[in-house]
Amino acid sequence: MTQQLADAPPLSPRRRRAAALQALPFLLPNILGFLIFTFLPVLACFGLSLTDYRLAPIATLHDLREQMRFVGLGNFGQLLGFHHEGGRLVANDAEFWRYLGNTLFLMLGIPISIAGSLLLALLLNQQLRGITIFRTIYFLPTVSSAVAVCIVWKWIFHQQPNEVGLLNSLLMALGVSNPPDWLGSMQWAKPAFIIMVLWLGIGGYNCVLYLAGLQGVPQELYEAAALDGAGPWARLRHITWPLLSPTTFFVVTMSVIAGLQGSFLFTAAFLMTGGGPAGATTTLMLYIYNYAIAWHQLGYAAAIAAVLFCLVFSFTLINWRYGQRLVHYQ
Amino acid sequence: MTRRPGTTRVRRAINAIAYVTLTVVGVTMLVPFAWMVSTSLKAPAYAVEFPPRWIPSEPDTVEVSGQTCAVATVADRGGGRGSKTSNGTSTPRLLDSSTLRNLRVAILRYSPQGAHVRVLSPSSRVGEELVVPETQLHPVRIVRLHWANYADAWHAEGVRVRDAFFGLVRQADGFLVFYTNSIFVTICITIGTVFTSSLAAFAFSRLRFPGRDAIFLGYLATLMVPAIVIMLPVYALLSNLRLTNTYAALIFPPMFSAYGTFLLRQFFMTIPRELEDAAIIDGASPFGVYRHIILPLSKPALATLTTFVFLHSWNDFLWPLMVVDRLALKTLPIGLAHFQDSYTTEYHVLMAASVIVMVPVLIVFLIGQRYFVRGIALSGMKG
Repeated sequence: MTQQLADAPPLSPRRRRAAALQALPFLLPNILGFLIFTFLPVLACFGLSLTDYRLAPIATLHDLREQMRFVGLGNFGQLLGFHHEGGRLVANDAEFWRYLGNTLFLMLGIPISIAGSLLLALLLNQQLRGITIFRTIYFLPTVSSAVAVCIVWKWIFHQQPNEVGLLNSLLMALGVSNPPDWLGSMQWAKPAFIIMVLWLGIGGYNCVLYLAGLQGVPQELYEAAALDGAGPWARLRHITWPLLSPTTFFVVTMSVIAGLQGSFLFTAAFLMTGGGPAGATTTLMLYIYNYAIAWHQLGYAAAIAAVLFCLVFSFTLINWRYGQRLVHYQ
Repeated sequence: MTRRPGTTRVRRAINAIAYVTLTVVGVTMLVPFAWMVSTSLKAPAYAVEFPPRWIPSEPDTVEVSGQTCAVATVADRGGGRGSKTSNGTSTPRLLDSSTLRNLRVAILRYSPQGAHVRVLSPSSRVGEELVVPETQLHPVRIVRLHWANYADAWHAEGVRVRDAFFGLVRQADGFLVFYTNSIFVTICITIGTVFTSSLAAFAFSRLRFPGRDAIFLGYLATLMVPAIVIMLPVYALLSNLRLTNTYAALIFPPMFSAYGTFLLRQFFMTIPRELEDAAIIDGASPFGVYRHIILPLSKPALATLTTFVFLHSWNDFLWPLMVVDRLALKTLPIGLAHFQDSYTTEYHVLMAASVIVMVPVLIVFLIGQRYFVRGIALSGMKG
């Protein structure tokens, strides 16, 4: 974008003002909304995280000052700190660490999902008849209402003393005599969520991105390699994979960021398990929601959100710094 | 492409593997959808069955002298299977089981001797009464689609609203409320986003003004911020201003994410400048250029953004959940979630409701699919 600016001559102050006036009506509607509803809230969130703000009906500004006291880094000390208890080091907010663990555990599906997306994209990239139908089908879960999807999966995972859901019926037909109560057990609730996320994501955005990447690989390279006697595997390993590395980089970055935020898993936990059993499926996102909406403690919720932001930010930074080295650009 | 001999065979093998894999994955993808539709058409009593049935069906019944009886066919299952559970001597009329084949009977009652049945067909034996070992009876099921589930879901018991909807009195129940809300909110968000962000994108890509790149960088920076970071302060602001539970709270905050401006700016940058230079020489104003040159040339990008924003706001769950708890204002996703609370165990109705929620999305996706897929590639690869 800067190149286009550079080739234009600099403007005189008067022309600059005229140009600004000219641009104003175009910018104003969007930029006002952007400032109020996107940009300033980011700053405000960090501000809130330094207070003990409790949301309550307020009458006057004075009340607001009562509800919102500056506590410095107090929230973060509570959230991330440890204290001694009977000679042992104990987390101040053990739940936070547990839910952070849940969030990371649920991200274990990401590598499988990405590998699956790549495989599907390779297959979809074959010039086959009727391939568009497959593409549409694979994308359906992504565009479907998350709420409806969760309700259906809850029904598929269903397990009651006298009732067996679709998945467990299948497992029993396959000879599993005592299939798990997926959503009701500590060990199986997270795997159940991972299964759901795999179903949702494998043919979704990542697959489309890989497909676009594959279509950008020049055919001549394959032809040249084939002439040199390279088999399908060698071509995949030495042409496709390196040339797809920018896509892989992007896909991994976006998936990890999305995984940390876990907006689908929030919906799933909210509707299917309520975060349980015993917190087994509570993610950071649900924890923030509970603090903010259910318990009205916006200050503390903002602090957790700020930590989430820092996680996302540091991951992106590390990824850019070191991950880039693995990327092969044409 | 020149092919060496043998490559075609490899090619064909690869294609075969590709087809099989794609089909297996495709069927797996569709199973939850199929199961949803299947359950949504089942009678309440037969929604949960083991083993599960894909085609909604239920036992056939017939009225016999004022009594509702189950219908069954009698078939000799051969071997000694029948005699395992019922003793041959206690069913004297069953000496020659071959005569019982292909009978259609109504089951009148059960006794220790077996089932007392009345023959319904063939016509030559109608009315005959027999005692048949239970093991030889095959209950007859008929396919029956319970469309009533959809009516039940649509009317959503306990969800009845009478309110003023922009000057009109709206008296509606169930999903009609959620539907009108969703349509209204989604259309407003979509139009608002496409309109305001195309104007801003025009300024960022075509006009020169001080601080342009710095401001745009500010837009870009917010793309990386987790949505909840933005939502919390906006939620606090709206509750303090007593603006939660309003349409404005549902519509305005989601309208101004940087995404739309970013996507359109990327596209506008690719339009050659020569086109507008001619118009400017002819005396066109910036708005004229925007309206008559940039917009018509950007139809694909605008369609992409429209599809994206539509699908996203139609399916959005978290934001409406945070700012709305009045029934009359609920959109489809949170309406469906509310509905799930009151119909927890009635999966046939829940599935019908899910279908009701999902259908418009699928239609929009099928229409806008081309643009949607292009949008992912465009924003993805350049982001």
